[in-house]
Amino acid sequence: MKLFEYQAKNILKKYGINVPRGHVITNPDDIEDLVQEIGLPLVLKSQVLVAGRGKSGGILFAENAGEAGEHSQKLIGSKIKGSLVSSLLVEEKLDVTEQLYASVSVDRQTKKYVILASKSGGVDIEEIAKSSPENISRYWVNPVTGFSAAEATKMLASLGIDGDDGSALAAVIYTLYRVAIDYDAELVETNPLVKTSFGVLVAADARIIVDDNALFRHPEFHENSLHRVDDTTREAEARLLKLTYVDLDGDIGIIGNGAGLVMATIDMVQLFGGRPGNFLDMGGGAQTDIIKRGVIFVMAKPEVKAVLINIMGGITRCDVVASGIIAGLNEAKEKKPVVVRMMGTNDVEGTRILNQSGITTYPNMEEAVAEVLKK
Amino acid sequence: MRSIIDKDSKVIVQGITGREGTVHTALMLAYGTKIVGGITPGKGGQEVYGVPVYDHVAEAVNRHGANTSIIFVPAAYARDAVIESIEAGIKTIVPITEGIPLKDTVEFIAMANEKDDVVIVGPNNPGVINPPHGVKVGIMPNHIFKPGNVGIVSRSGTLTYEIAWHITCAGMGQSTCVGIGGDPITGLNFIQLLEMFRDDDSTEGIVIIGEIGGNAEELAAEYIKETNYKKPVVAYIAGRSAPPEKRMGHAGAIVMGSMGSAQSKIEAFAAVGVAIAEKPGDTVSLLKQKMGQGNG
Repeated sequence: MKLFEYQAKNILKKYGINVPRGHVITNPDDIEDLVQEIGLPLVLKSQVLVAGRGKSGGILFAENAGEAGEHSQKLIGSKIKGSLVSSLLVEEKLDVTEQLYASVSVDRQTKKYVILASKSGGVDIEEIAKSSPENISRYWVNPVTGFSAAEATKMLASLGIDGDDGSALAAVIYTLYRVAIDYDAELVETNPLVKTSFGVLVAADARIIVDDNALFRHPEFHENSLHRVDDTTREAEARLLKLTYVDLDGDIGIIGNGAGLVMATIDMVQLFGGRPGNFLDMGGGAQTDIIKRGVIFVMAKPEVKAVLINIMGGITRCDVVASGIIAGLNEAKEKKPVVVRMMGTNDVEGTRILNQSGITTYPNMEEAVAEVLKK
Repeated sequence: MRSIIDKDSKVIVQGITGREGTVHTALMLAYGTKIVGGITPGKGGQEVYGVPVYDHVAEAVNRHGANTSIIFVPAAYARDAVIESIEAGIKTIVPITEGIPLKDTVEFIAMANEKDDVVIVGPNNPGVINPPHGVKVGIMPNHIFKPGNVGIVSRSGTLTYEIAWHITCAGMGQSTCVGIGGDPITGLNFIQLLEMFRDDDSTEGIVIIGEIGGNAEELAAEYIKETNYKKPVVAYIAGRSAPPEKRMGHAGAIVMGSMGSAQSKIEAFAAVGVAIAEKPGDTVSLLKQKMGQGNG
């Protein structure tokens, strides 16, 4: 789950990292008070979760009160890369002498947390990695022994950052690591981390992505996790229903058990010339109730004209799924054609239950996909 | 690398008294797996399908020489369960559990790596099945598999069943099928399994089932090239039509920026001579072609 910049900055601030003075506003008129309180010039930053908001006009600078008012009217309610701006983070404009980069993330390849630091901040880290890889220092943390400020100091020496600058940056990096561990973050990044004309390090931007699997340990994010701005309306509804759902733009509803199988199903629908309307993974060991909810939910999407249910039983039992499908079809408001593919644990009983209700089942996935495209 | 499981594996089930633990203990016993004990703290002394339940892993290791563990405990307690097994001397640990926090997985995989000869298969996986030995440490449906000479390694459970079923229906069978798991970080990866299959005389052809997210497939392709891998390999990659920045069911199945697209994986495999199946069922004809040729 991605946090907003202002949320990430609040966390960094709590851990003692400097962030610019600023406030969040949701009403454009509130900018007037901030001009007084923070002073000019100001930066107005759209709080959206899409990458590259600066290049898309989501960050504007104001030299005077008039500009600040215009910018805030313009940004709030606008869309940046399709994402609605409902709040702005309004901050003091810093007098910057250097732009640095620092992050902590989980490296899938080495299976460790990796710390990245660079003197060339302010641009995408992937770009730095391509254009000047020698300007990035990487440090992989031993998960058993952890990380320390001393190790942070060492990794900076290779970039030629030492002395007071080195200790200050090492302290920030070590703090980012503590935030990553304490908040179960997949990513904690500050880019740019700036040095101001006063010689102080300030996190001018901040990003935190919290591991979805760890949200149960972080009740403070509960509300956040239920209302995500990067969800579509239907994805948000699905989340409340505890369904693993992704919207697609076609007209064939897709339900299945197991992420890989459902991906393979949408791929096959596409390969056969159809257009999948969604991805819905019922997961392993799905019970009647969740299957019922899933069937009702996919049936209710207006664009969907037929539904394909693909079940390969393992931990999931086909008879349980069959009962769920029947219950869902009975309760769905609008009836649409359904094609079921069923195979695996208790498939004989599952097939019997469905056939009894007049639903044809197919043991073969390709046949089922071909059939649903005729509907 | 040693084989992950065989007919002599002495298996314990952590979380044996839970719903899934109980169901799959029965199914594993029916397949022929030697289950020597179950673990549920506080329920020591009970029995599940004749399998004695202990409070601690160490008891099952001491009494029965248990060397393999399958874990069904909920995500919040999975870390402790894995670490208990590592410390008790279990050598093959299979955490089936979905939804384990990444930080926990990073930690227990590092602890396992500090020991000699401890492998973690998963988490968030269907387990391992070895049809020629009649043993499974997993949750896959028994009747889909048949002894044979095809090795399968996969990031997806149900897709493994799908492809194994096609192989079985074609009159072929499987040597060992390993679900490495759908999480961003897993214990075993494609490369270790390719290494194992290379040295396993009962495996004559290999199917890799990959999906979007990360670069494990690209690394496997590099390995195949660098080691001049001789056994025929066929790959199926799921998620060609998945939108970017969306998690497709598995925690690890997400395209981030330019990283992890199906296209990148397909290109990497195709470039090193791995046959790419357009549909899961196509793996069979590709395997037959490649295995008929004698080598890749």
